[in-house]
Amino acid sequence: MNANYMYSLIAVIVLLLLAYVGVAGLHLEVLFGIVFPYVAMAIFVAGFVYKLVGWAKSPVPFPITTTSGQQVSLPMVSPARIDNPNNKLGVVIRMLLEIFLFRSLFRNTKFEIKDTNKFSYEMEKWLWLFALAFHYAFFVVLIRHLRFFTEPVLLPVQWLEKLDGFFQVGLPGIFLSGFVLMAAVIYLFLRRVWIPQMRYISLPADYFPLFLILAIAASGILMRYVAKVDIVNAKELTMGLVTLRPTIPEGIGVLFYVHVFLVSVLLAYFPFSKLMHLGGIFFCPTRNLPGNTREFRYENPWNYPVKIHTYEAYEDEFREKMIEAGLPVEKMPGPEKNLEEGEKE
Amino acid sequence: MPNNSKGMYNKNLVIAGIVIFVILAAFPFWFNVVKSAPAPEVVLTEKAKAAKECVRSKEYMTTDHMVLLDVWRDSVVRDAKRTYVNPKGVEFNMSLSNTCLDCHSNKTEFCDRCHDYASVSPYCWDCHIDNPQGGIE
Repeated sequence: MNANYMYSLIAVIVLLLLAYVGVAGLHLEVLFGIVFPYVAMAIFVAGFVYKLVGWAKSPVPFPITTTSGQQVSLPMVSPARIDNPNNKLGVVIRMLLEIFLFRSLFRNTKFEIKDTNKFSYEMEKWLWLFALAFHYAFFVVLIRHLRFFTEPVLLPVQWLEKLDGFFQVGLPGIFLSGFVLMAAVIYLFLRRVWIPQMRYISLPADYFPLFLILAIAASGILMRYVAKVDIVNAKELTMGLVTLRPTIPEGIGVLFYVHVFLVSVLLAYFPFSKLMHLGGIFFCPTRNLPGNTREFRYENPWNYPVKIHTYEAYEDEFREKMIEAGLPVEKMPGPEKNLEEGEKE
Repeated sequence: MPNNSKGMYNKNLVIAGIVIFVILAAFPFWFNVVKSAPAPEVVLTEKAKAAKECVRSKEYMTTDHMVLLDVWRDSVVRDAKRTYVNPKGVEFNMSLSNTCLDCHSNKTEFCDRCHDYASVSPYCWDCHIDNPQGGIE
């Protein structure tokens, strides 16, 4: 038992019950089917933009890019142009690879102490694999849901449904993405619980989104395969929302409202949580800055003017005294030249 | 670091990104502005109206007809059992073409309307001809 994930689990269960009681008991269909989705969408968009603007206003004075390759240096040293790019093109390629393939996670290693006093770092690709599965499955699920929000349904959405239901298992045909999403979320949760270091650093803010997404996926899967809802009425409601003529059709089924409410919670929670990495990845200074600190001098824009006293000026001021004291000076006064002068700058 | 109250860095890029985000997030809203098709109404044939009730209740058929058809298919294809007895004890021939489409002979106005609306493309019709009256076995 761990307070961090118990709180998150309880929070999600309370949300579930709230929607269930609200619709099945109190018949607040308008609240859960119309008001909450609109409010959530408004919070999502406004909060998202607010966060982006906030980040854009935060100065990043230095290139704090993290690198995993050789920076462009002398011609004889071969540089890593994607892992440590020194120009815009390289940065764009690194960002694209990060966004679509999660290269940072691919570098994940497992630290262990083997035998006695012997450290070892081992390859650990499971996080990368399941993170990739999770994000792409979620993306496919999201795009598939456009069938409830467009009329006529876009052709690419239909192609995606065909692809997702490729194996034609049962009726209604199984969409793989939903189950991949569930499995990946469960892995991402278990990883936090099983690995002691992960459990130690995991907070309710880490568990809550996982449970919430798990509940959303589970309610969606239940609604499609087990406790079916009237899909035509469901679409009538969602279409009403997006055409700004909201209606509550009769008899959709409580599960639908639970699902919609959980999604509303996710949307409203999104901009203020770790999930905001969707927008944050574009502002990630360790990824989006070029590693060109050898080529360009970066100056802190907040540097106040410092009164400088260079060594040259210092020596000019104290040369006689230094010579008297027998200290070496760079410029000897008079016609005779110091031998070392040529070597120093 | 405290926010710079003067303004955003890389302003053009950030604003372009925000515009793209808002356009994508609002996609369903502007996509449906041009025309919004109302929810489909299914048309019952005279025969279907006269029959009053389908194999199962209307509510069950609305949500679970595909499950029933799946069970029927397995029963017929795998076990060669063609008789279905509903909870009321009425017997039916397990056949999409001969039982379902006998009453609901208007596929375009009955089946397709909801299927198209919900973007469902059942592969029933890959084999089954939608109008058995046409004389094709």
